[in-house]
Amino acid sequence: MCETAKQPEIKVATGDRAILPEGAKTIPVYVMGKKYEVPETLTIMKAMEFAGFKFLRGAGCRGGICGACPTVYRMAGDYKLHFGLACQTVVQPNMYLAQIPFFPANRASYNIEEMNAAAEAIHALYPEIFRCVACNLCTKACPMEVKVMDYIAALKQGQVEKAARISFDCIQCGLCASRCMGEIPQYHVAQLARRIFGKYIQPRFEHLVSRVKEIESGKYDPMLDDLTKMDQEELKKRYVEREREPDLSTLGEWKPKETQYL
Amino acid sequence: MKISYYPGCTLKLKAKNLELAALASLQEMGIDVEEMDRWNCCGAVYSLTDDDLIHHVGPVRNLVRAKERGADKLVTLCSMCYNTLARANQLMKTDTVKRDTINRFMDDEIDYLGEVEVIHFLTLLEEQVGWDKIREMVKKPLTGLKVAPYYGCTLQRPADVGIEPMGNFTLMTNLLEAIGATVVPFNAADKCCGSYQVLNTAAGDNEAAANVINSAATAGVEALATSCPLCEYNLGKQQDLFLEKGKITAGVPTFYFTQLLAMALGVNPEVCHFEMNDAKAVQLLEAKNLQAAV
Repeated sequence: MCETAKQPEIKVATGDRAILPEGAKTIPVYVMGKKYEVPETLTIMKAMEFAGFKFLRGAGCRGGICGACPTVYRMAGDYKLHFGLACQTVVQPNMYLAQIPFFPANRASYNIEEMNAAAEAIHALYPEIFRCVACNLCTKACPMEVKVMDYIAALKQGQVEKAARISFDCIQCGLCASRCMGEIPQYHVAQLARRIFGKYIQPRFEHLVSRVKEIESGKYDPMLDDLTKMDQEELKKRYVEREREPDLSTLGEWKPKETQYL
Repeated sequence: MKISYYPGCTLKLKAKNLELAALASLQEMGIDVEEMDRWNCCGAVYSLTDDDLIHHVGPVRNLVRAKERGADKLVTLCSMCYNTLARANQLMKTDTVKRDTINRFMDDEIDYLGEVEVIHFLTLLEEQVGWDKIREMVKKPLTGLKVAPYYGCTLQRPADVGIEPMGNFTLMTNLLEAIGATVVPFNAADKCCGSYQVLNTAAGDNEAAANVINSAATAGVEALATSCPLCEYNLGKQQDLFLEKGKITAGVPTFYFTQLLAMALGVNPEVCHFEMNDAKAVQLLEAKNLQAAV
């Protein structure tokens, strides 16, 4: 008599029921006040999807850079608020969380082409920056560790470049604006500062401009023609024998032997 | 002894001349102060509402920065910043309950217990250089220039933060005399210039400022020396309108005391940015043959 091994029961996700991985330990998290048991290894975003939520807004790159999934959370028994991106933050037991996919921060209307390097333009478009009381709630809320208060301070002082550099990592998630006592739309202001800096303050890359002109003038066309007409053997030979500036060579000192293409 | 320098927002924009002249003077005199790499607006006006602690957070945070950087003293140029920071400092030193609340709120910073002393630039000059030494370093004395120190409201009030007792103007007087100017006292040296009332007043209608200028003109003052961008605006920038409206009999150009100091020390006048002052300020310098102006 043969005994067939009992086949393991295969569970299939049906949309209203999530599959718990074998051996996964679950922890309770509270999404908008309601308790869900979710695998402890998941990010907030995955945990919410595990629980049955479907993201129509509030999810984007899932990689920590688009700013679509800002989340506020608190741990049971503690008053302290924490802030993070749902796609990057791993769940913890008894986390109480809610999301702010969008915050209605003021966004001034302007034409970047009609502006100049002056900070006064930023003051005129966003006078609310002068309501800053240096409470630092914005910096504390930032999931990218941008020193938000510092760049607002810099803009009050008219230091556009400083503000542009401090705000560089901003992903426009809006958590700062959601916490601001002065109702400042920090990330919109910073974006304007970066645009003005990039367009009117930062030095132009002149060598890029001249290289583009050279290309458009057809300087490199004969060389490209030669390459396209070469057979594979010749291409390989040329590639292997190509001259290359040595690593760590002193700037401006090395020149190739073949100078006709320079 | 480490001294941190707090510029304040206005000195980076509208009152660049006040700052650049001061820093150039310090360099001439061999004094080293370091601008704090992180600072925020002090709020400009010390909040008078007892329980309104959030408006003390701004200035206190700057005191925290100074403490973080190991500074014993924090020096300021702008009178409003001096007043705000000094009074916030007093609060942190004397009111232990509010100090505790503020420190607890700023849970992202180290606790501040009033360890740093807030001083005004004039006090710095007296303590770190001394009037005699300044006199020795003067290259182009402001001979023949009749200047009056104008303290306005915020350098001496309230008494516990005043740079010197009310009615005394010795700090700026000593400085002006050390740089060769003739100091002419006048009645309105500590009368208000109108401060932020100017926001609610039509241009050229600022009575307080007009009174100060008239008082100075009557006393024979040729130039006013101030330490405050708001005073400089109220007194210096409205004079043409005042003359037009018959509110003053004669104009009295306004300078920052640091511009006068810098000139006397032989600093390149371009650094003083006299073009940011009232046009009559430049004319006065030229008329008095005091260093080729702008």
